[in-house]
Amino acid sequence: MYGLVVEFDDPRRLVAACAKVREAGYRRWDAHTPFPIHGMDAAMGIRGTRLPWLVLAGGAAGLGAALLMIWWMNAVDYPLNISGKPLFGLPAAIPVAFEMTVLFSAFAAFLGMWIANGLPRLHHPLLQHEPFRRATSDRFFIVIESTDPRFDPQATRALLASLGGLAVTEVQEQIHEEGAGR
Amino acid sequence: MHRAIVLGEHDNTAYVPGRPTELILDGHTFTSVTDTVCGIVETPRPPRAWYIAFAVTVSLTVMLFAMLYLLITRGIGVWGVNSTVGWGWAIVNFVFWVGIGHAGTLISAILFLLRQKWRTSINRFAEAMTIFAVVCAGIFPAIHVGRVWAVHWLFPLPNYHAMWPNFRSPLLWDVFAVGTYATVSLLFWYTGMVPDLATLRDRARTKWRQIIYGIFAIGWRGSHRHWHRFEKAYLILAGLATPLVLSVHSVVSFDFAVSIIPGWHTTIFPPYFVAGAVFSGFAMVGTLLVPARQWFGLKPFITRHHLDNMNKIILATGSMVGYAYAMEFFIAWYGGNAFESFAFVNRAFGPYAWAYWIMISCNVISPQLFWFKRIRTSLPAMWIIYIFVNIGMWFERFVITVTSLSRDFLPSSWAYYKPTTVDILTFAGSFGLFFTLVLLFVRYLPMVAMAEVKTVMPAASAHGGPAHPVGDYHGDIPQDDLDRGKEAH
Repeated sequence: MYGLVVEFDDPRRLVAACAKVREAGYRRWDAHTPFPIHGMDAAMGIRGTRLPWLVLAGGAAGLGAALLMIWWMNAVDYPLNISGKPLFGLPAAIPVAFEMTVLFSAFAAFLGMWIANGLPRLHHPLLQHEPFRRATSDRFFIVIESTDPRFDPQATRALLASLGGLAVTEVQEQIHEEGAGR
Repeated sequence: MHRAIVLGEHDNTAYVPGRPTELILDGHTFTSVTDTVCGIVETPRPPRAWYIAFAVTVSLTVMLFAMLYLLITRGIGVWGVNSTVGWGWAIVNFVFWVGIGHAGTLISAILFLLRQKWRTSINRFAEAMTIFAVVCAGIFPAIHVGRVWAVHWLFPLPNYHAMWPNFRSPLLWDVFAVGTYATVSLLFWYTGMVPDLATLRDRARTKWRQIIYGIFAIGWRGSHRHWHRFEKAYLILAGLATPLVLSVHSVVSFDFAVSIIPGWHTTIFPPYFVAGAVFSGFAMVGTLLVPARQWFGLKPFITRHHLDNMNKIILATGSMVGYAYAMEFFIAWYGGNAFESFAFVNRAFGPYAWAYWIMISCNVISPQLFWFKRIRTSLPAMWIIYIFVNIGMWFERFVITVTSLSRDFLPSSWAYYKPTTVDILTFAGSFGLFFTLVLLFVRYLPMVAMAEVKTVMPAASAHGGPAHPVGDYHGDIPQDDLDRGKEAH
């Protein structure tokens, strides 16, 4: 078994329920929603992401790479004399340096976010769970994984059932893994 | 299909102090939002009109490639450019298309940072339009170099000359600006679309849909721990796209402003170009949205309030453009430079006066009608004005590019520029490519950002409900406005 899920049809109930799961001391659990809901970070106890620092580093790398490239190409490797202007001048380098700063920052934000989220990942036990198909449309789910140290089939099910959701269901591991004799 | 027929249209354009304007009408729920938006993509066969439109746009696209073939095999002699006017329609069309893209970024990034909730209904569509417009724009600088097989010299790539590009040239800045803009717009658009692609994956009825949408949804499961990073990354991308969009058309304007040609060498160009770009882009978004909301049953999402807001932005940016035209003239006179004054008098009263006055009437006069609420909220009236603005903004780029070149410092080198049939058909073909991409987009991708629209619905808010309706202006109203609203009831 991968874990237990409880389904909600109202985001307000979900926020209250998440606070209770967190208070019960679970660590390997998550909420799944069709859209981001305000107040969930506090209810789930999610700490701020370090993504902005990664983006800052990406931007700095882009800026440095651009200035180095312009200087080396136009002033060192093949000095280009244009109307007697300096071979390397900061004002003329700014547009390209700015664009590359933005480009590298954007890639840092884009790639950093997906990698930190463990995506792309094309197989997941939850994606085989039939009720979970509505998690991207109009239903809200809390999932407690069976690998959580506090997980207990009976007690966890009782906790989830007490949260005021619609139904508590079991999510199986992937089918081929069961066949391998877990 | 759900809510295909809407009887009458609710008018939500009135501003009532203290009462937020509803953004999603007709009592839509989370379920019905998903059903409506996904339903457009999931119908096994699109309407007959779609096939007809697609046939026309694909034919035009084929014509575009035929014209490009002609250009590459025969050389730029097939165009109307001459040794005086070396920049013809290729540059006009490039600036026209890249400018149109700017509205998408303004809606998706700047309105996001300004917490304008109404953007959620239109941002996906506008961002798609940005990318398609930049695709069309990218063709023109690539082909106008004449020797297309050497186009990679634009990029700092090692080549057999062992030379590097000149980084002090605005034309090279343009390569980086437009390249970055296209890339970042694509990242932003795709990031925002992943949750909606996951919705389509989870609703898929056929194996193929499940596999293809599944691959592009990259395993999105709506985990709140993922949403947390997603929202941060989205905010950062919006923050990056905002200065980027301002820089792109500034750099495009440097192509002109850094030269010494009279009429081009002015410091007003960067802000003036950016305002014009947003102006033209909103007009193009409107041109596409007004029919699209009708055909695809999106009236409850893209309401008159949304269109009213867009028209106010067109009015504001159109006025900025009008101000810039006037200020250019003033500086040409006040600056006391004979060549500069001549360039402007020549624009208004010289051989290209017809183009100048088309520009003025379309860009300066027509958007001023949006001061009247009756016109701002009338669908036929606004659509006609959008068309005028599209025409006017193309002519603006024509006037800037061609009039200055055709009569610069030396009268003996003056010449009149006329486009050839190849010029005209190439431009028409670029519209074919643009609309082909738009039609593929509305057929296969979610046209409205479902996950974002759901966040501005009352049911999504922790303190929503009948007592606290949620919509535009919510949270932005000063307390005394709220009090006044209560007294009024």
